[in-house]
Amino acid sequence: MAITAKINVKDNDISAAIREFFISVLDTEDVSAILIPQHLPMKKMLMPTLVTDPQKLETADPLAPCFPMNAARLVSRLTRKPIGGKILVVLRPCEIRAFYELVKLNQGTMDELIIAGVDCLGAYKNSDYLRFLKQHGDKATEIFYQNALNGKTEITEGIDISPACKSCENPIPEGADILIGLLGADISNHLMIQAQSPKGEAVLKRLNLSEAEEPSSRKEAVSALISKRSSYRDEIFLKTHEATDTLDKLNNYLANCVNCYNCRVACPVCYCKECVFVTDVFNHEPYQYIKWAKRKGMIKMPADTVFYHLTRMAHISAACVGCGQCSNACPNDIPLAELFRMVAWQTQKAFDYTAGKSLDEKPPLSVFREDEFQEIVGIK
Amino acid sequence: MTEFEPNIIAFVCNWCTYTAADLAGTSRQSYPKNMRLVRVMCTGMVDSQYIIKAFMEGADGVLVSGCHPGDCHYINGNYKARRRMKMLKEILPLFGFEPQRLRLTWIGASDGIQFAETMRELTEQVRVLGPSQAKSGMVL
Ligand code: SF4
Ligand code: SF4
Ligand code: FES
Repeated sequence: MAITAKINVKDNDISAAIREFFISVLDTEDVSAILIPQHLPMKKMLMPTLVTDPQKLETADPLAPCFPMNAARLVSRLTRKPIGGKILVVLRPCEIRAFYELVKLNQGTMDELIIAGVDCLGAYKNSDYLRFLKQHGDKATEIFYQNALNGKTEITEGIDISPACKSCENPIPEGADILIGLLGADISNHLMIQAQSPKGEAVLKRLNLSEAEEPSSRKEAVSALISKRSSYRDEIFLKTHEATDTLDKLNNYLANCVNCYNCRVACPVCYCKECVFVTDVFNHEPYQYIKWAKRKGMIKMPADTVFYHLTRMAHISAACVGCGQCSNACPNDIPLAELFRMVAWQTQKAFDYTAGKSLDEKPPLSVFREDEFQEIVGIK
Repeated sequence: MTEFEPNIIAFVCNWCTYTAADLAGTSRQSYPKNMRLVRVMCTGMVDSQYIIKAFMEGADGVLVSGCHPGDCHYINGNYKARRRMKMLKEILPLFGFEPQRLRLTWIGASDGIQFAETMRELTEQVRVLGPSQAKSGMVL
């Protein structure tokens, strides 16, 4: 049975309580390093940091409503080869799911890894977060959580959590070894902490935490959040579908795209070392562009924009975890996350697959069955 | 008004459908000029980007045709191709491409007659659908 314990909260400072918990974990010396989001001395921006000295966890803030990138990629770098010690990584639920996808694609391993996750109430996009932080200073995270737990995520006018987060129906870090629960807990007093695997249990056992029951109102709070998110998601799907259901409309949706490919760099599951779109394959002969232009009198440059996005959908929509980093990275504010999630929903349903859910489910394009999809063969 | 002549790009496996096309030719089976055959070593190498590119360039239909299940010279390329086709058949219709524009068939090396028949029928089907939306409009 999973161990459930609590960590005490003093002066309503849940960030401090969480920080102390991770300090105590690193103090046990069973863990050689922690990857955790932390405010840098510069601009106080939140960035993933790799910490080996417990005293250097002073500005760790895993509850801040921001994740500047999907850290699954960093974890993949850290676990590519054995390092001879355990690393604990503090990830958002969508980062855990993305990492699961990467593990299944042989881009990372779980062997020396302990994953901790917190109930996720959403995140602002990077630029919005910096504004929010400026306005609220050291209290920013606390103000966010107090409000968000009551359903209010737009605290400063015009700054709300991203559409990807608003429509995310997986806010609980189910794939984590250690779950830190806020939903349903009396957070002025304590947070819930739960081991979800033998690895997590081993960590918690070493810490002499006071055992506790799961808060009685947790289940209800979780399902309320999920149902709110799911209905927002369905709305977004309808709107996005309406806005893209012909090629003309899709052109319109992507009209601001400058082919910078930031969205695929930011995408945690777009894992190719070299994307074909940045190779010489797409460095067409100059006369080729003229030929293309002549066909209809003009082409948009750079070319291959819709081609690129459709290809990305074909390649990775089955692995899309809906983290929204594609939108976060786009310099031209194209609502990519909405589009990719809509497509991902469709393709994952077709293969009866949920990205990031389980390490045992094989990625759809890596396997096949001899007797499947007969209905798409033939021309009848 | 002249009748609409569809352009269809067919990615055909060297070991089966391509050979069948050859056989159709030598046995004087006629099939429409609308097909442009692209010979590939196996349907398993037809990445989705080739198919998407064909559509972006204004193809009215795309066919991928390979060896019957169990006959793939690389053991399972055709099964992988089928999954990729399934993927595209989920994605492209979201953006208004009729699923009938994208076809997968298994045509063995000795099926010259079947090859010619399939090409004829496919051309008619695409003709009925009319020009693909990428043909007339701008594609970014
Ligand atoms: S496509 Fe966008 S939402 Fe999906 S995993 Fe990649 S970055 Fe995240
Ligand atoms: S980040 Fe935005 S502008 Fe850059 S390639 Fe992606 S959609 Fe286009
Ligand atoms: S060799 Fe013909 S489909 Fe693989």
